[in-house]
Amino acid sequence: GAGWGGIVRLLLVRAAGPRCVCVWGLFIGPALCVEKRLCGPELSALLPCWHRCGVQGDGVCHVLRPSVLRKDANAALLSNFEVFQLLTDLKQQRKESGKSKQSSGQQNLNTIMYETLKYISKTPCRYQSPETVREFLIAMKGHKLTKAEKLQLLNHRPVTAVEIQLMVEESEERLTEEQIESLLQTVASILPGDPEEQQRDSAMETEGRGSQ
Amino acid sequence: MFVLVEMTDTVRIPPWQFERKLNESIAEELNKKLANKVVYNVGLCICLYDITKLEDSYIFPGDGASHTKVHFRYVVFHPFLDEILVGEIKSCSQDGVHVSIGFFDDIVIPPESLQQPAKFDEAEQVWVWEYETEEGAHDLYMDIGEEIRFRVVDETFVDTSPTGPSSAEASTSNATEEVQKKEAPYTLVVTMCIIPIVSQSQWLILFLK
Repeated sequence: GAGWGGIVRLLLVRAAGPRCVCVWGLFIGPALCVEKRLCGPELSALLPCWHRCGVQGDGVCHVLRPSVLRKDANAALLSNFEVFQLLTDLKQQRKESGKSKQSSGQQNLNTIMYETLKYISKTPCRYQSPETVREFLIAMKGHKLTKAEKLQLLNHRPVTAVEIQLMVEESEERLTEEQIESLLQTVASILPGDPEEQQRDSAMETEGRGSQ
Repeated sequence: MFVLVEMTDTVRIPPWQFERKLNESIAEELNKKLANKVVYNVGLCICLYDITKLEDSYIFPGDGASHTKVHFRYVVFHPFLDEILVGEIKSCSQDGVHVSIGFFDDIVIPPESLQQPAKFDEAEQVWVWEYETEEGAHDLYMDIGEEIRFRVVDETFVDTSPTGPSSAEASTSNATEEVQKKEAPYTLVVTMCIIPIVSQSQWLILFLK
């Protein structure tokens, strides 16, 4: 169908360079195509292609230029919390709009949403909020960490020095022991952890103080 | 773990969906096309983030559907190099330990990356790590279902799109191979998180999360 053809076109563009596909991504012969045009100069060297060239219809194939398809492969890094929010909102929306839509093509979306939510819900991001994330990033400004390292600290919420050493490259050279301690303190204080665990920890602390 | 990728595509809306809002139809079509699919050299697509630009819709002769060029951003699973992730051991084989994170299963720890000395126990089909301490040798079994922390070392994209008519002669000879080999379009090669430490308890924190 059209959907599959579209994916084929996406994949073909990625891999094989300029290749002639019709607007539905299928290799069709001249007899089937309603509009016959020759490709622009980029493709005429390969073979005459009977297809509709992109949306502008000016004879030059806009669809097949890879840069058009993927403008920026790394436009932004997303934290687990942002993806968690996005998926929960989407789930809510779909629930509210009811089952009136055909679920034939939606199965993939349902599967990936369910599995991803299941995975992300087990990470510390489920206790986070936009305010805590903002606070955390502001607090991290002084520590001179790269974007990727801050993202990992945000996603994993490390509690031991060993975990910090894993996530921060060359941590022995860049951070002293006190700095690692202060980093752990910041992470523990700003990013909320499991409320049950925190209650247990604070209960143990008061017990310890009491016994002294 | 997740990145935002800006993409462009032409979406076809069939005439019986013209009564719906264009944005909704387009969002649904894009999700139908890309969700849970691997795009070559990009990653595993999760869901649509937003639509940045909608160009004019065209109707071509002979087809009643409208075609709209859409610029949009999609949430894609594409961990960066050296990223730390947590997953569950799914199975062990001679090629290494297979780890899964629920929505993505093609993660493999090759035997060389397992902390040496490691050996494959044929009877139980698990990899075992013989850890020596002063007290004696401990066998740490990499059992199925155990949570494990790993670091991304390499990624491989394989183009699994069907070959076109121009390579018809080549495909007939490779037809049997292609039918048998079902390659994963996106594989992650990872390594266990190993750093030199002192006590066994710290190892267990690292290893067993």
